[in-house]
Amino acid sequence: MTSSVAWTDSSATIAGVRLNYSRAGSGRPIVVLHHDIGTVDRLPFYDALAGGNDTIVVNLPGYGKSERPEWMRHPRDIAAMVQWLLHDLNVKNASVVGLGFGGWIAAEMASQGPSDFAKLVLVGPMGILPPQGYILDQALVNYIEYARAGFHTDAAFASVYGDVSIDQLEIFDVCREMSFRIAWKPYMYSQTLPHLLGGVRAPALVVVGEHDQVVPHSAADVYVTALRSARKEVVAGSGHCVDMEKPAELAGLVTKFING
Amino acid sequence: MHLMYFTEQPMSAYSEKSGKEFGATALMFSNSNYDPVEGSRLYNQYLEEYIWAEECGVDGIMLNEHHNAPFCMQSQTNVFASILAAVTKHVKIVILGNPLPLSENPVQLAETLGMIDMISKGRLVSGFVRGGGQEQLANGVNPAFNRERFIEAHDLITKTWTQPGPFRWEGTHYQNRVVNPWVVPMQKPYPRVWIPGVLSKETIIWTAKQRYPYICLNTSIEATKAIWETYDAAAEEVGYTPGPENRGYLIRVHCQMDEEKALENGRQFMWMQGEFTGLAHPVWSSPSGYFSPTQRRNFVQFATGRAINPRGEPTYRDQLDSMLIIAGTPKQCIEKLRFIMRETRPGIMALWGNDGFVSPTDSKECIRLLGQEVMPALRETAKELGLNSPFEANAPVHLNYSTDLRQPARAAE
Repeated sequence: MTSSVAWTDSSATIAGVRLNYSRAGSGRPIVVLHHDIGTVDRLPFYDALAGGNDTIVVNLPGYGKSERPEWMRHPRDIAAMVQWLLHDLNVKNASVVGLGFGGWIAAEMASQGPSDFAKLVLVGPMGILPPQGYILDQALVNYIEYARAGFHTDAAFASVYGDVSIDQLEIFDVCREMSFRIAWKPYMYSQTLPHLLGGVRAPALVVVGEHDQVVPHSAADVYVTALRSARKEVVAGSGHCVDMEKPAELAGLVTKFING
Repeated sequence: MHLMYFTEQPMSAYSEKSGKEFGATALMFSNSNYDPVEGSRLYNQYLEEYIWAEECGVDGIMLNEHHNAPFCMQSQTNVFASILAAVTKHVKIVILGNPLPLSENPVQLAETLGMIDMISKGRLVSGFVRGGGQEQLANGVNPAFNRERFIEAHDLITKTWTQPGPFRWEGTHYQNRVVNPWVVPMQKPYPRVWIPGVLSKETIIWTAKQRYPYICLNTSIEATKAIWETYDAAAEEVGYTPGPENRGYLIRVHCQMDEEKALENGRQFMWMQGEFTGLAHPVWSSPSGYFSPTQRRNFVQFATGRAINPRGEPTYRDQLDSMLIIAGTPKQCIEKLRFIMRETRPGIMALWGNDGFVSPTDSKECIRLLGQEVMPALRETAKELGLNSPFEANAPVHLNYSTDLRQPARAAE
């Protein structure tokens, strides 16, 4: 996808691994952590955030362009690496926006540093065993079916991925392999995270797509209950990937919450 | 030549219609389609056939393991190996193999195999496999670490078998603070290890570097020759020149005195559409991280239906013509098997005799003909061609026990 925003692509070596990130805009810093299917380079949602904030989109280690740390065994390791990156970039008091799997990473970061972040936005966050339903098991469906499950409509999916190129399929596979390496069992959740969320001081906004077929809404409810200061918003007409399906609506919610 | 009898132990008493409607006969195909009463009948039938195979003169009985699928009833290969250890007297019990990555405790597996070896009085051949992709999912095992777990479990098991305990194992995937099982195999240094496979080049190279025999699972003659080229090159790198004792071959062969009946029964090899894994599901059979990164581009296309099965979909006639399946009278079978022997020069052969819905009577007749007519003829041919088994060649169990290397043995990778 193209962008009218002037993004700068950079990399940093963290824990011996090359970590890529894109940065644009100015204002209060926002760190964006992507889904388990990786991210395309430019998205309207990212552009919208960069319109009023210093926005850093991190390519998570092992996903997309960033190198795979062979030693990594848990999403908490990613959280520590992103914290390290922010320290090296001298980014302080940032807000973190975690998308799906990235929501889990964001929650881990916040639990590790309860006072480190200004605001926390978790969008369809994984990381907690839903009391009702299960997180969709991507091991049982093909790459396109899984990515498509993140959208409520075919049109929204096609607007981002088109016919899904073979290169994109390979990226999906690389991302899936990394997810298996660090979140295979228990699948896509932590048994300890719920007990640690109570320490987080940052106000939190938990957003879910009305038609999320990947992460049951009940997981978001647990987040809202476990965090000290959190509320939930439901974006109508969206699937799991609210950032790609309803970018303007989500950007509005996020910027109002962070900058308000 | 070491000649074995093999069957997948087909769970033929299930609803084929249900399988076809579901679209896959693996992993997620509901076990509500499984009838344990029929399972009991079939288990006992196959046990009778193994005992009969020994009476008919086979050298070994090859066993394997799969999960969540009707094409193979053995979900624990060590169970049948244990039974055969007690009820047979002479045959080698050839497990091809235990899927090592599925084990959460390789030390216990080492103990189990040690028991089988002792109860059988030293007749165990302990093959190891990575296990198919869907086996990982059926057992909740991470496919992304499949190869790492395979190699580490192998190293832990062989160390358990050869190094006096107690010792400590702090590996990447396995940590055992006390390794000291009193049960160890009676064969020294340890039971022979054979590695079966089909596709993975990495496994072929690893096997050659251990100096373990590699058993080609019903690969085409051309593919088999290509496998030997890969194996031979890797073997040369570590200082030995492999021979027939390093080569094994599994082939589907159904034999009857009546050619027409043999051809009719041979068609049962197609009951799973000619695939090893029935109506396979490409995502389940090739989960991310399981296959080599060099094959990523091919597999993602296959998994999304954009490419055909890399194994192709040959018809029964195609497979008869290419000798992937042999069906005929003893004379016809011998002739074709001799051709394969001349072309691929294995020292180990497994004859997969029966599959699908072949009747118990016809199965036993096939086994009789294979054991009493076909195998004796093949042994003569093997002598003429110098196709010695690892036992006949007195081959080292592992590279580390070699005495003929052109350079000092390196630690096998």
